[in-house]
Amino acid sequence: MVATENYVGSPVLRKEDAKLLTGQATYVDNQTMAGMAWMSLVRPPHVHATIDSIDTSAAASMPGVLAVYTAADLEDAFPASLPMVWPITEEIKIPTHWPLTKDKIRFAGDAVAVVLAETREQAEDAAEAVTVSATDLPVVNDLEEAAKDEVVLHEDLGTNVVVHWSHGGGGDQSVFDSAPVILQERYAQPRLIPNAIETRGCLAYGIPAAGEFTLVTASQIPHIARVGLSIATGIPQSKLRIIAPDVGGGFGSKLNVYAEEALALALARMSGRPVKWIETRQENYLATIHGRGVLHDCTLAGTDDGDILGMKFVELADMGAYFQLLTPGIPELGGWVYMGPYDTKAYWYEFRGIMTNATPTDAYRGAGRPEATFVVERLVDAYARKIGMDPADVRRKNFLPPSEEAFGSIMGLSIDSANYEPTFDRALELADYSALRAEQQTRRDRGDVKQLGVGLSSYIEMCGLAPSEILGALRYVAGGWDAAEVECRPDGKVVVRTGTSPHGQGHETSWSQIVADGLGVTPDDVEVLHGDTSVSRLGMDTYGSRSASVGAEAVARALEKVRDKARTIAAHELEVSEDDLEWADGAFRVSGAPDKARTIPELAASAWHAHSLPKDMEPMLEGTAVWDPPNFTWPGGTHICVVEVDTETGKTDILKYVAVDDCGNVINPMIVEGQVQGGVAQGVAEALYEEAIYDESGNLTTSSMTQYLVPTAVEVPSITQDRTVTPSTTNSLGVKGIGEAGTIASPPAVVNAVIDAVSHLGVNHIDKPASPERVWRAIKDAKGGAA
Amino acid sequence: MTNVSVTVNGQVREADVEARTLLVYFLREHLGLTGTNVGCDTSTCGSCTVLVDGESVKSCTMLAAQADGREVTTIESMADGDTMHPIQDAFHRNHGLQCGYCTPGMVMAAASYLKENPTPTEEEVREALEGNLCRCTGYQNIVKSILDAAGSMSGASGSARA
Repeated sequence: MVATENYVGSPVLRKEDAKLLTGQATYVDNQTMAGMAWMSLVRPPHVHATIDSIDTSAAASMPGVLAVYTAADLEDAFPASLPMVWPITEEIKIPTHWPLTKDKIRFAGDAVAVVLAETREQAEDAAEAVTVSATDLPVVNDLEEAAKDEVVLHEDLGTNVVVHWSHGGGGDQSVFDSAPVILQERYAQPRLIPNAIETRGCLAYGIPAAGEFTLVTASQIPHIARVGLSIATGIPQSKLRIIAPDVGGGFGSKLNVYAEEALALALARMSGRPVKWIETRQENYLATIHGRGVLHDCTLAGTDDGDILGMKFVELADMGAYFQLLTPGIPELGGWVYMGPYDTKAYWYEFRGIMTNATPTDAYRGAGRPEATFVVERLVDAYARKIGMDPADVRRKNFLPPSEEAFGSIMGLSIDSANYEPTFDRALELADYSALRAEQQTRRDRGDVKQLGVGLSSYIEMCGLAPSEILGALRYVAGGWDAAEVECRPDGKVVVRTGTSPHGQGHETSWSQIVADGLGVTPDDVEVLHGDTSVSRLGMDTYGSRSASVGAEAVARALEKVRDKARTIAAHELEVSEDDLEWADGAFRVSGAPDKARTIPELAASAWHAHSLPKDMEPMLEGTAVWDPPNFTWPGGTHICVVEVDTETGKTDILKYVAVDDCGNVINPMIVEGQVQGGVAQGVAEALYEEAIYDESGNLTTSSMTQYLVPTAVEVPSITQDRTVTPSTTNSLGVKGIGEAGTIASPPAVVNAVIDAVSHLGVNHIDKPASPERVWRAIKDAKGGAA
Repeated sequence: MTNVSVTVNGQVREADVEARTLLVYFLREHLGLTGTNVGCDTSTCGSCTVLVDGESVKSCTMLAAQADGREVTTIESMADGDTMHPIQDAFHRNHGLQCGYCTPGMVMAAASYLKENPTPTEEEVREALEGNLCRCTGYQNIVKSILDAAGSMSGASGSARA
């Protein structure tokens, strides 16, 4: 049918929902195959130990067991170790990382053997029957201790300090010695566990005689995984198909190439049977990546009336026991936003990556940018307190000036567009900021037990990963482009193949809106296919808030090629020149004679039967675009959290949360708002509840959902939202990305609010998560030990 | 092996299962009803919530043998052909799901709760959902969906099934 609605910008309901709501999703654990065997891994109860021997004999003779392998048995299966694709410096020391560890166990969860059995239960039982004899070594998981190299994880590297990356600074560095106000703070951010509700899992199968294999995997990155798993297993990319089916959340934890994926492919090749592995939640906590785990020494140089002159950050970042796909690059991703949205005159950032006896870290929603934004926004608040200014006034005084065009920044890259003050003003207005300050003063004057705190967080993020040329300069091994194909079928329906790989973000709906507007059809006429390397051949997948600004832009560009071809066919059929055609009401129409028209479905049919196309034109109405963005995108915004802190118990209640974001133009406001709501919830969790804790012997004490506090509907507040619109100059859609904004903005808003509630008692610092105990202790310490 | 006979979505289903088989794996692996998801090992996340004799139960906390002779309702039976249950429809209209993994559990928990309390407040809905984790939505639109469903279901009393 012909539609003339403007779908872009409208809250179109999601076409993904029906199957998810009715129990018809294709999550990997829902898939089964004839002859399928189950894989289970052996993760011995050691943290740091030399392996003396592994006895698999008892396990091998158990019912249903097909094979038990250690690393020694799989030497031929893996021509290369697991890939790490971001060697950020020339000097970086890269630990060898095999799917099964060979000589040493280096963290709780390090797998030493793998079992293949007829059933899930038989595989798990046999894995428990493998006995490992190992000699325990001293454990190190404190960053500063590990940096001393008294205990070294990878002896061949000779040190735990495997990488040192320095931004190199910008501006006049002397301000850090000479400014009227020099503030130094140290902020620690604990490790977090991503907690997608679907754990990881995969199903590998193939035709060994043909050398062809397929891996169905709960992944955000089927295209990148195809490259990485080809390297690890030696299966050529031409014979390796990766399918990401419906995926139950990612948040960065499925932005990786994991040992279990390589093992499942190897076992499928060796056994000739389909091999399935589904991660338990405990394994997910131990063996899927963690996020954060950083320690910053921060310096702010400023005037005594609120002008920020310099911002400097020196970071230690916990890499864990091995590098996963992007591990050393994660802190660096934050390395471009340590100025926040502020016009600082000097900038310095450097970090050291430290190996520890703990789960490898990697991208967790925001990946480097939440870590950066947290310390910047904590520091700005501390500066405001030090000079006795309102934190809102300090922020307003320092915002970068507005620009509709891209402009150079102190950190060395170009910002696509900016207009921070209207966003900030709207947030203050929605929060009723001055009334809050008055109420706070009243409570302080009365000495109320429950004090009010207002926390501000103004952020900038670098997303839309990424211009390939810049990625190359930053030593990332792949590009940052994405691709799309738009194919018009002769029945009037449209098939779109996108290189992005959604797992909750609603790309099928949003991409359909763009195509529907461009082709004069409805979103229901458009089928968006993704997540299968044999279907959407080209792509770079979904992470880094890139899908709209890179992936949807590729769709828009493929769409333009289709429209160009359609226009040529229309002119040919209507016997006019292309210049005489205009696009109106969902069709190409002859100027001045609008009834002489061709719709896209009509032209698609013409291009399909190809009976009378313009001379030399190829049949089929379709277009492909591969889009490499010229710049990142730089969303921004201000979040405000209002809390009530019980000064006797330390308990925090969120009374109000305001999020005003600027992600440029918006394709589907309903989806954008949902992304912010979910991101803020994860940030509130980070600020108040969540922390992965290791004991002194290196065991993860928060090893299940009963100990690691993923918040429920009771803890997470409803938020008040609005947007301003400053279109990106990086892409024709003017979009900037919204997937990570909530998680980047919210942790400092919440923690700043908690500190603000008790700062009049002398509290200047509370670590994340700001648990009742931490808050209570901070108040007690500020009062000089008297509770 | 233990023989169990459970009425699932109105049909009597019999199978020989290992004594340790949990209800959720009986549903998923013996009956092929994969709409009920598994998200944890500790009965925390609520993804596997189903109705047993009309009450919401985390199906990883119950052995298949314990469901012998009882009536189990799963997400697969909530819609009537192409017509979604009012709770499912409310989740769709209010963007109450993103990745969808927790969604079947949320819908079943809501179905059970709205029978107990057809006109809940927002706070009551939030407390009722305490056993069901979502990592995508921040719960805001889930709560909105359930309040919306409560409105539409009480407005057409008797239309709610299950």
